[in-house]
Formats: sequence, C-alpha cells, structure tokens
Amino acid sequence: MAEYAVELRDVTKVFGDVVAVDHVSMAVRPGEFFAMLGPSGCGKTTSLRMIAGFERPTSGEIYIDGKPMGNTPPFRRNVNTVFQSYALFPHLTVEQNISFGLEMKGVPRDEIKRRVREVLELVRLPQMANRYPRQMSGGQQQRVALARALVNRPKVLLLDEPLGALDAKLRKEMQIELKNLQREVGITFIFVTHDQEEALTMSDRIAVFSKGRVLQIGTPLEIYERPANRFVADFIGETNFLDGVVKEVNGEMAVIEVNGRRFVGRAGEGVRPGVRASLSVRPEKLQLLDQPSGSPNCYEVTVSSIAYVGSDTRVIVRLGDQMIDVWEQNSISTLDPNYFFGPGEQAWLSFPPENGLILVD
Amino acid sequence: MMQALREHPSLRVAALMAPGAFWLLLFFLAPLTIMGVISFLSRDAQGFPTPPYTLENYLTIVRDIRFAPSLSFEGGLHVRLFEGLYLDLLWRSIWLSLLSTLLTLLLAFPVALFMAQLPRRYRNLALFAVMIPFWTNFLVRTYALQFMLRANGPINTLLRALGLPPLELIFTPTAVMIGLVYGNLPFMILPLYTSLEKFDWTMMEAAHDLGADTWRAFTRVMLPLISPGLVAGSILTFVPAIGSYITVDLMGGGRTNLIGYSIAQQFSASVNWPFGSALALVMMVIVTIAAVLYFRSARGTQRVLI
Repeated sequence: MAEYAVELRDVTKVFGDVVAVDHVSMAVRPGEFFAMLGPSGCGKTTSLRMIAGFERPTSGEIYIDGKPMGNTPPFRRNVNTVFQSYALFPHLTVEQNISFGLEMKGVPRDEIKRRVREVLELVRLPQMANRYPRQMSGGQQQRVALARALVNRPKVLLLDEPLGALDAKLRKEMQIELKNLQREVGITFIFVTHDQEEALTMSDRIAVFSKGRVLQIGTPLEIYERPANRFVADFIGETNFLDGVVKEVNGEMAVIEVNGRRFVGRAGEGVRPGVRASLSVRPEKLQLLDQPSGSPNCYEVTVSSIAYVGSDTRVIVRLGDQMIDVWEQNSISTLDPNYFFGPGEQAWLSFPPENGLILVD
Repeated sequence: MMQALREHPSLRVAALMAPGAFWLLLFFLAPLTIMGVISFLSRDAQGFPTPPYTLENYLTIVRDIRFAPSLSFEGGLHVRLFEGLYLDLLWRSIWLSLLSTLLTLLLAFPVALFMAQLPRRYRNLALFAVMIPFWTNFLVRTYALQFMLRANGPINTLLRALGLPPLELIFTPTAVMIGLVYGNLPFMILPLYTSLEKFDWTMMEAAHDLGADTWRAFTRVMLPLISPGLVAGSILTFVPAIGSYITVDLMGGGRTNLIGYSIAQQFSASVNWPFGSALALVMMVIVTIAAVLYFRSARGTQRVLI
C-alpha cells in the first residue's frame, strides 16, 4: 500500500485569468477522514474535482494510491464522489442507481444484488430498493448517494458538501453517522465543507483553504488551539484580535503592545520584535474578575453589554476603545441577578499567557 | 353564471377549454367525420362522392395485397411475403420517413447540444436563428431548394468549377430526403433543445465517476433523461414526413411517390375522393398505431420525468 491515499504536489488550477487553486500540496493518509475547509471560492471544491478527475490541474501532479493520475479520466480512477446535489439518476430506482457502478465494472449479476443489499443495510435503507429518488426525503437521498459511491469499494471517497442541503438537526445526526460509517468501512474520506464545526467534529485532519491556497493542515485540536495565522484563527471558531507591535520574544512566548498595554502570549510563526502583529484570544479563554489576578495579562475594563444564553453568559467589555467578547461558562446554578456583571460596571479582564496567541498578519 | 364558475373549479376548466375544443370540433373532427363518410361512398362520373354506400374503396386496398413470397439480392437482401401497389407505397413511405427522421435527428442533436451549452444570453439568439426560416413561406423555400439542386444550379456549378462531375439531384429520392430533412430540422431541434437545456450535466459527471465511459454515460444516462425531447422531436418529424406533399411534389417531381402525395393525387389529378379518403384514413390509423407504440416504448423512462 502506498504511503498516501491521495497526494497533491504543487497543484495549480487556472480558469481563464482566475487562479482557483494556487500551488497546493497536501497528503492524505490511508483510512483518514480528511476535511478541506474554507469559505466559498477558496479552491476546495476545485481541488476535490481535480482528485475525482473532472478537472485537470494546470500544473502539478495528483497521486492516488501512489500512482500519478496525469490525464486519467474519472471513469478509470479508483475514487468515487458523493455530489453536493447527490446527482442521483432520476430515471433509475435506488437499486438501479446503486448497481450502476458495479454494472459498469462488469460485476456478475448475483454479486451486484448481494452487494447492493449489503450497502443498503449499511446506510439503513433496506426497504427502499424499488423507490425512485424523487420519492425520498433529502436525508434518504443523501444516504443513497453515499451507498451508490461506497458499493464500489473505492480507494478514496470524495464528498462535496454532502450535508449542505440537510436541515440543522438531520445534519448533526448525519455527521455522527458518517463518521461511524467511515470507521466501519475503513475507506479514506476526503470531505469538502465550509462549516468549521462540521470539520472539527468529523475530521482526523483538516486543510484550511483561503483564496486557492492551503493555509494550514492539522488535527482539529491543532487548527483550533494553534492556528497558523490570522485567517485561520478568525475562520475557525470565534476570537478577539488586538492589533499591536511585538516588543520582545522569549523562546515560545512574546510580548505585544496594544495601545500602550502590554500582553504576553504564545509567539506564532514569524513573530520578531518590531513587527506588526495581532494578539488572538478566544472568548472562552478569557476571565472576568472582581479584582486583579496575578496574570501579566490583567486590565480593568467596562462591561458594555451582557447576554445570558443558558450554558454561557456572553459579555462584551470595553478596553480603551476596543470591544472584547468574553464567554463565561455558567458553572453555578443561580437565580441571583447580582451574580452577573451588569452593563456599565467595572471588572478585571484576565487570561494566562498560554491562552493568547500572537500572530503576524 | 359567474357564481357557478367561482364555486366549481371543474366548470372553470371547462369554460377555458371551450373555445379551443369548439375550434377542433369544427375544423378537425367535423372534416374527419365527413372524410370518413366519403370513404364509404361511390364516385360519380366526375369522380365526386355519391351514394350508394360501399366498402369498395377499402376492399380495393385490401385486394391489392397479394401473397407473393420473394427473395432478391438486388441492392442488398430483400425478403418479402406480400406485395401490392399501396402496400409497397405505404412501406416505402414509412421507410423513407423513418430514414428522414433519423437523419434529421443526427443533424439536429449536435445543434441542440451546442445551443443548450451556449451562455444564457446567446441561447435566445440561437433560438431566434432556428426560427428565422419560418418567416418565409414553406413553398417559396422549397422552390429555392429546388433551384439549388437543379442540373445547372449552384451546387452543380460549384462541382463543375472544381472539375468534379455534376450530380443528378433534383427529382430523385435523394432530393426528397434533402427536402424533408431541411423542412423538419427546426421541429427536431426545438424539442431536443428544450430537453437538453434542462439536462443536469452533473449526471454525466456522476456516470463517469461510477466508471461509465463517454458512450455508456451517453446511452445509459443522457439518452433516457432527454427522451421526452427525443420522442417529441421524432414524432413531429416523422408524421409530417409521411404525409408530406409539397416536398415530394417539388423535390421528387412526382417520380418519388410517398403515400401523402398519392392521397393528394386522388383528390386532384385522379379525382377519386372516396378512394383518397379511404387511403387517408388507413394511413392515419397506421401512423397513430406507430406513434402510440413509440410513445409506449419510451414511457418506461418518461414515467419518472413527466
């Protein structure tokens, strides 16, 4: 078995004068659940389509199971796609849709019947074989699309926003189901999504795309806790940015000055004394206190507004002319309104240095 | 009255349909009935219909058919069990019309495909272009086509200029075929275009993704999905072809006889209205049966789409 199920080496795709994918390199390991995450137009779908063979790279090479794909057409690649629109054949029944790929490969009739039955069990639609796609709900069609791809036992399954058309609740269910399914079948999944929560929940690793480039590849933990740059920190989850200038760097830590106030945080890549940078600190990693803490990152702030959302209390505070989001977990059950800060009150904002990340733009 | 219309949707539908239904009743069903009656009448000295009622006109057609098994190798293998003037005529008409339908389809498909893939704003322009010929009378256009194919027409002039031998085109079956394909092309392009425009190209990608090469993706996915346009276009082409008169007359010069032309002859030159009516009704029944069978064969795929 090749070291990587899919590998992109310096792949670029140009449409007219638009660079859709810009020197992208990434390697997906066998059996991995790999997400390509980014806003629309970031090149993630084009990358997926190049792996499937619907588009040819302008330059660079794509390897599937160690073999360079070159001009190999889609029907000779050992990958299958679950399309965003599902693309089920409306003139064929569920069973005929799922059989299609196996018929094209010349698999014997009885084996086709058996494998179709198995895969329908797998996606939990055993009674639906004779339905037509339009007679099914969106969620059921989604499972059929999945079954139609999986029945071919591809080396790699490509999924283009497969949950995009489902409503929020069904989507949550399918996220878990899809993840379990992937573990069960052991096939490499490459998954395109613009939903960061979806990517974090499901993936082993995530490639974050922006403007045709890959900004960071890492586990959900790495992407969330150690974003490589400002875009990733901003795109994944919520964060506060405090813009300033780097004053000192001591190993892993650095000091940044923001409007005359100094903060200590982890130094990101390229952080040197004198460069412009941003302190990124996530709202749930901040504390609001009645009195100063011992942290070097502790300043008096004014509470601007407060929103009780059940699990959290979301407070917006003002530090100088900067607004900062603070999410405090409601870990104590109380009906006492005085437990919470009120608008206009003074408080101390504090966070330990390891909770802050200093990033060069 | 208005009250009743408001309260009963079915009455409303009936009211809307009434003018159209009346029109068809008056100008289609009534003449058809008259023709049916005439087909059972005898002819007078001038050839016009007159009593008594008779089956003679239909019997002429039936009597014409003889059991005559034969085998010939002239121009390919021909096996025949029956022969007869009108049977041959009908058979040749069906055959030529099918051939013209197939040729029209082969020419129309790439055009419709091209139009469907144009950027949206150019599509209406292309549709407009397809319909431009309709602004000129069909008879005038057929005369123009006749002129093109004449012994000393532009095509042969060009061939001679290139040092090639001239072609004998006009008043041949080939000329009739050219005329039929030319005249029916828009009626094939338009329904095909309508189907192709709605065609979701992701379907082709899905077929390729599942291992179908271009040909199999075309036959297994695209053809079934555009079959409504295919069926509509084929019927709109086949039916006028088998009944065509002007094209057969002007392009074939009376030397290539099709049943539609032959029927027209019964009403004009031969002055035998009763027999012409019988022939027309027999043809209508046969064409209707053929069309129904054709629709049936395509219904498996259409059921899902309509």
